[in-house]
Amino acid sequence: MTPNKHASDTWEVVIGIETHTQLSTASKIFSGAPTGFGAPPNTQASAVDLALPGVLPVLNRGAVERAIRFGLAVGGAINRRSVFARKNYFYPDLPKGYQISQYEIPVVKGGTVTIATENGERTVRLTRAHLEEDAGKSLHEGLPDSIGEVTGIDLNRAGTPLLEIVSEPDLRSSAEAVAYAKTLHALVVWIGICDGNMQEGSFRCDANVSVRRPGAPLGTRCEIKNLNSFRFLQQAIDYEVRRQIEWIEDGGTVVQETRLYDSARNETRSMRNKEDAQDYRYFPDPDLPPLTIDDGWVQRVLTELPELPDALRARLTMEHGLGAYDAAQLTASRALYDYYDLTVKLLPAEDAASRKLVANWVLGEVAAALNRTDASIAEAPVQPAELAGLLRRIADQSLSGKMAKDVFDALWAREASGAGAADAIIVQRGLRQISDAGAIDRLVDDVVAANPATVAEFRAGKEKAFNALVGQVMKASQGKANPAQVNAALRRKLAG
Amino acid sequence: MSLSTADIERLAKLARIDIDADEARDVRDKLDAILGLVNQLQAIDTTGVTPMAHAQDVMLPLRDDVVTEADRHVDYQRGAPAVADGLYLVPKVIE
Amino acid sequence: MRTIAEQSDALDARRVSAVELAEQALSRIDAAQPSINAFISIDRDGALQAARQADAARIEGRAQALTGIPIAHKDVLMTAGLRTTCASRMLESFVAPYDAHVVARLREAGTVLVGKTNMDEFAMGSSSENSYFGAVRNPWNPGCVAGGSSGGSAAAVAAGLVAACTGTDTGGSIRQPAALSGICGLKPTYGVCSRYGLVAFASSLDTPGPLAHDARGCALMLNAMAGHDARDSTSLDRPPTDYTRDLAAPTGPRPLDGVRIGLPSQYFGEGVDDDVARAVDAALAELRKLGAVTVDIELPAVRYSVPVYYVIAPAEASSNLSRFDGVRYGHRAARYTDLDDMYGKTRAEGFGAEVKRRILVGTYVLSHGYYDAYYLKAQQVRRLIADDFVRAYASCDVIAGPTTPTAAFACGAKTGDPVQMYLNDIFTVAANLTGMPAMSIPCGFGANGLPIGLQLQGNYFDEARLLQVAHRFQQATDWHRRIPAASEA
Repeated sequence: MTPNKHASDTWEVVIGIETHTQLSTASKIFSGAPTGFGAPPNTQASAVDLALPGVLPVLNRGAVERAIRFGLAVGGAINRRSVFARKNYFYPDLPKGYQISQYEIPVVKGGTVTIATENGERTVRLTRAHLEEDAGKSLHEGLPDSIGEVTGIDLNRAGTPLLEIVSEPDLRSSAEAVAYAKTLHALVVWIGICDGNMQEGSFRCDANVSVRRPGAPLGTRCEIKNLNSFRFLQQAIDYEVRRQIEWIEDGGTVVQETRLYDSARNETRSMRNKEDAQDYRYFPDPDLPPLTIDDGWVQRVLTELPELPDALRARLTMEHGLGAYDAAQLTASRALYDYYDLTVKLLPAEDAASRKLVANWVLGEVAAALNRTDASIAEAPVQPAELAGLLRRIADQSLSGKMAKDVFDALWAREASGAGAADAIIVQRGLRQISDAGAIDRLVDDVVAANPATVAEFRAGKEKAFNALVGQVMKASQGKANPAQVNAALRRKLAG
Repeated sequence: MSLSTADIERLAKLARIDIDADEARDVRDKLDAILGLVNQLQAIDTTGVTPMAHAQDVMLPLRDDVVTEADRHVDYQRGAPAVADGLYLVPKVIE
Repeated sequence: MRTIAEQSDALDARRVSAVELAEQALSRIDAAQPSINAFISIDRDGALQAARQADAARIEGRAQALTGIPIAHKDVLMTAGLRTTCASRMLESFVAPYDAHVVARLREAGTVLVGKTNMDEFAMGSSSENSYFGAVRNPWNPGCVAGGSSGGSAAAVAAGLVAACTGTDTGGSIRQPAALSGICGLKPTYGVCSRYGLVAFASSLDTPGPLAHDARGCALMLNAMAGHDARDSTSLDRPPTDYTRDLAAPTGPRPLDGVRIGLPSQYFGEGVDDDVARAVDAALAELRKLGAVTVDIELPAVRYSVPVYYVIAPAEASSNLSRFDGVRYGHRAARYTDLDDMYGKTRAEGFGAEVKRRILVGTYVLSHGYYDAYYLKAQQVRRLIADDFVRAYASCDVIAGPTTPTAAFACGAKTGDPVQMYLNDIFTVAANLTGMPAMSIPCGFGANGLPIGLQLQGNYFDEARLLQVAHRFQQATDWHRRIPAASEA
């Protein structure tokens, strides 16, 4: 595939994304089977999930609740009456021979998602979001050799609730598409409707891609299915855009079709036309009367909705004086923000200085330690209680900055835990900062007396000599002297 | 309006039911008769009439989000056409 | 001891035990199988075990109205541990892993399950000739059909093999065979009996219901079968009703005083055999003698019932039967080259001709470009039909007419022409489209000695009234007590 030799500004790229998010319910959307990942094949497929003769679907309230939460979080409209429809097609991982989905009347209409691009913020419009059931899985490898050319069907996943979120074709580059996907991903995890585990298939994107000359009508689009990483999403779109442009510029017409992305070869491939010949024969499911959602339910979900990342970021910068970068970092995940927030609340003064201190430590030492040990926030040995205990001692000057880092490392190594953990370590190691004025003066006097040459150099105008003297005081106190006080005391001593 | 054999073949493909040429002809004749019966509906004026998808206007009942089903795959797979290691087996599907 | 009441009295009086009743039923069933073919499966061991438990319950003073009564279930209802075939090669060896809701409730009520009755394959038919296990024969004349699709259930009751059966009614499949077999069959209001465990044919129309000799038998069965089931989203949650409550009320010489019986002109015109018209007229005269008044009503849209039905039912069926694909249970073709070939052969081999036809019709009316003209249109006309009935019930309490245009026809007479066969349903399908209750009761015989049925229809949830009218009629007549010559027992 030759690199795009044409100027990219003669073509406009138009992308829409459809995302299938697995909702984090305990049981399936239409049956009482469990939804956990990784169980032995077909041990989580009930009679309803297997489509045994005579079984019927019953809708899970938790799935609806999560759909409402999503709709409110994106500022969409919650349809008070929505209809389930059957999408009919044959495939071994679709036991009924139809998927229960929503067609003409989905549970959520409209809504927007704001993304950050290199040109500033952009608003991406959503068309709709609807509830449907997931299909099972086809296993093509890892089957016993003795059974020949077969595919193994595992229906554990069949019936897992999905929220299909459809964006308008508002995205104009693969970078925007990825920004949208990442923002949406962070949002569904933030509001607690999806665990966001892309390796386990909790969040899957299809990209609808077309190209056109600026000002021309929309080009024919191709759908690239089942992209389950942000990197593949970007690469697949980039390939597809190049493919379409080259094809058109060589005189061809783009055929509307469904394509798969081959990550090994970094190319998209047409699916075997089975998708395109499909006539899904949608009709309202006679087993499910229309879903009615009353105002009371919507109100309740609205009041229980957590503060959303955007609003939170604004509050952190405007009311709490954090910088935009820190605010963005702290709102990357609910868990991280909650950790920060709880730590702040455990400090004596919830003021700007405290917040800045906590932010620095969370985004600094804590983040570094998490990275180093590949742990999640929930698993961190240093929790808000421990961290707050440590930061108190920094704030009240009983611990110097360098000492604090040592204490932090000790806490991370679980040498102590709980609110008094930092204190325990400080005592145990004798790390308490020396801030008694008399003690500092004595130290300074000793050093001044012991270093007449350096003192003379300072008096002769060498500022560096001052630092050397400070260094001597710190050394004499094994690092425990309060540096600011040492500075002030030494200045006083030398001035006199 | 009459169905062609191509129509019958398309329907049979959609419905995944093999039919041979004789059957297709017989099915086409019978389907034509049935559709003749059904086409009477075209003459009726139904402007503004709400379709009746359910016998009564009931609300969709909702189930609490709790696990209620235990693993019964041994029972359910007894008598299955082709099973190995708990998986249902079908001819290899190439994607 | 043909009826539930007679058997129940005998059990209470210790004139017979449940085990004896079961043994008698089983031997009558065996004797009748070659000529009537009413059964697909017989569960001797299960029946005797249940009968022993029923006897024990009676001794311990725990007997209910149906304790110890042998019954059979239409083979479209799942019965745990027993083969459930839907009269299809597709499920020829399928053993149900669970009980349908109505089956479980009838077990709890103490009934003794003796076996599964024969039917039209997947409940699609009006003669029970579309069965992989051979046609059901009419006990009144084995050269004739027993009706369908619950033909086996109707024949089993008519031949005195069991006192009652379950059936299912999607377009008349309880009422029509009841009429052709000279017994009572009731289709309750849609949603009163749970569909969980009923192998789906047309989901918005399917209704389980009882077949028995008389109204009381139907009422007793319905008491056990009816009730909310959380596993069926279309199951109605209503306060329990005792459907026998109006059967015992004291009566005078005119027990139907105040009852208005609507007679639609559309039911009394052309297309009805003279025999049938005569028997129905006589029944109406009897009802008037009992104090009812008849009122002329109009149901203009009802003449579209059959075309509407033959769009909606096949459409829903085509989707419901997609699960029969040879992957997880049921028949799978022995040889195939790839997945589509497996599907195509499995379903071609597994389904009979009528089922395939209906799947193809259903696929057609739902397919792209035809949905609006067919499926949507039919659902709109369905609304018009329902509106007609709702309007009619402002001026009458019950609507009466023939259940079928003819008495039982000869085996093979209509199998060549599906449309002819469909027109058997002309009086019955409307009640499925509206969801309102309806029942058929015997009201006479034709010149050829074959039974004729009177259909009574009611407004939503008015089953008790239907049963009451039927019961009063049966107290004054004896059509329901006639026994086919071949099965005097």
